[in-house]
Parts: sequence; C-alpha cells; structure tokens
Amino acid sequence: MALELVFQIEGGDFSNAGKASSQIKKVLKQLNIDTRIIKRVVVAVYEAEVNVAAHAHRGQVKALFGETEVEVVVTDQGPGIENIEQAMQPGYSTASKEVREMGFGAGMGLSNIAKNTDNLHIESEVGKGTILTFRCNYS
Amino acid sequence: MKISEIIKYTEASVVTGNPENDKDLEKGFSSDLMSDVLTLDEENILLITGLSNLQLVRTAEMADIQAVLLARGKQASPEMIELANENNLIILETPFSIYKASGILYSNGLKEVY
Ligand SMILES: Nc1ncnc2c1ncn2[C@@H]1O[C@H](COP(=O)(O)OP(=O)(O)OP(=O)(O)O)[C@@H](O)[C@H]1O
Ligand SMILES: [Mg+2]
Repeated sequence: MALELVFQIEGGDFSNAGKASSQIKKVLKQLNIDTRIIKRVVVAVYEAEVNVAAHAHRGQVKALFGETEVEVVVTDQGPGIENIEQAMQPGYSTASKEVREMGFGAGMGLSNIAKNTDNLHIESEVGKGTILTFRCNYS
Repeated sequence: MKISEIIKYTEASVVTGNPENDKDLEKGFSSDLMSDVLTLDEENILLITGLSNLQLVRTAEMADIQAVLLARGKQASPEMIELANENNLIILETPFSIYKASGILYSNGLKEVY
C-alpha cells in the first residue's frame, strides 16, 4: 500500500496550519481506522504543524501510510530547540504574544504529541531546524 | 443537553450546522487555549470560547468536537463559516460571557469534563 503525502508549511501562516492534519484525517477515515486512533494521529500532526507556524521559518509534513501504522516526519528550518527536555515539559513555552493571541502557546504541544504517539523522536540543531518523527499503530 | 436547549439557555444564534440534527451533548469545556482543548479525551462536548478564528475550527476538527459556542458576541468570520460547513461543525454565538454561559449551562445539567 504505502501511500505518501507531503505538505509544506510557512512560518507565521496559521491559517494553513491544519491542512496536513485535515488531509491525513480523510485518508485514515478511508482506511477505516478507529476514530480514537485517528484523533490521536491528527491531534499530534496538528500540534506539530502549529509549532512550525509558531516557532520556525518554514517546514514540511510527510506522512507515510503503511500496512499497520502511519509514520509522520515534520522537518523545519528555524531556530531549533536548545533544550529538548525542557521544551517537552508541559507549560514550558517561548511563544510570542501574537501566537498566544491565536490560542496557542500554553506549552502543551510537544507533551501532547508524545502522549498521543508511539516512538516520538526529536532531533534539533540550534540555528538550523528541527526534525520530529513519530508513528501511530492503527490498532 | 440538546443543541436546541443550549441555544435557548444562552440566547444563542445558529451560525453553522443544521438545527434539525439536534445533537445531544454530555459535557462542556470552556477555554481559549487550543492546545489545552487538544489534550481532551472527550468528544461529545460543547466548547465554550472567546477565541474566534480559524484555529478554533481546526482544533474542533482534530479533537472531534461537534459544537462550539462563541461567547460575548464574538462573531465567526466567513473563512470560519466555510471551514465549519465543510466539517459539519455547529457554531453558535451568544451575547453572554464565558462565565455566564458556562454557569447557566452547568446549572442546567451540562456536565464538566474535569
Ligand atoms: N519546531 C520548533 N522550532 C523551534 N522551537 C520549537 C519548535 N517546537 C517547539 N519549540 C519550542 O518548544 C516550546 C514548547 O513547545 P510546545 O509545542 O510544547 O508548546 P508551545 O508551542 O509553546 O505552546 P502550545 O503547543 O501549547 O500551543 C516552544 O515554546 C518553543 O520554544
Ligand atoms: Mg506547540
């Protein structure tokens, strides 16, 4: 099967953040995946998309739909994350006032991605960007 | 609580959604923080919020939230209405504050998430 979808995200562009998760939701529905699992996947992808819009310059979401799981890779060019352990703490946020006015910046995104996915892996280089990889099993 | 009751108690107007499809919601949650909403495991809820933007509609889509109540006269933009119609999201607008709307709905039996 192995369908692959790729989406681009621009930093600051909040109105397009959500397009990737929305499309991924449609595909998972067509595959008849349990709605609880779909919610976990798309909440994680949406949080990751918003992080690119909120914190990076630009990025890309790649979703690979396999036989038993979906793998998502979110790559961005941006400031990177200096202390990943700290960034993962619920409540930790460096979000700007503008981002907060959009309804984000509670510092919940990364920990929520971790909660909803299997094998979250974060790689980041300060001044270059961040790569987020996670999987969700279909069952 | 039925959507029609929510409309009655909060003097709300219907912006999107089909009033014929009078869904029954069990619980309510009030927040302006979308990533907080995205941590909820519940689905059959009413989201009461003062945030009126596209991210609200996206958040509802991802979190499987069926209905949102915009408080204190906040109005949905044309972009929000378009996306909400695509996703079958019910948007209601009430003149009441989040505090007042939440209090009235709670005292009439719409349960809390936490
Ligand atoms: N892609 C990224 N590039 C650079 N920094 C990031 C990125 N993602 C997260 N961060 C950093 O990690 C912090 C925590 O991220 P997290 O998603 O948990 O919270 P938030 O985005 O600040 O708020 P929320 O997700 O609740 O809206 C951010 O405030 C930011 O400093
Ligand atoms: Mg975030």
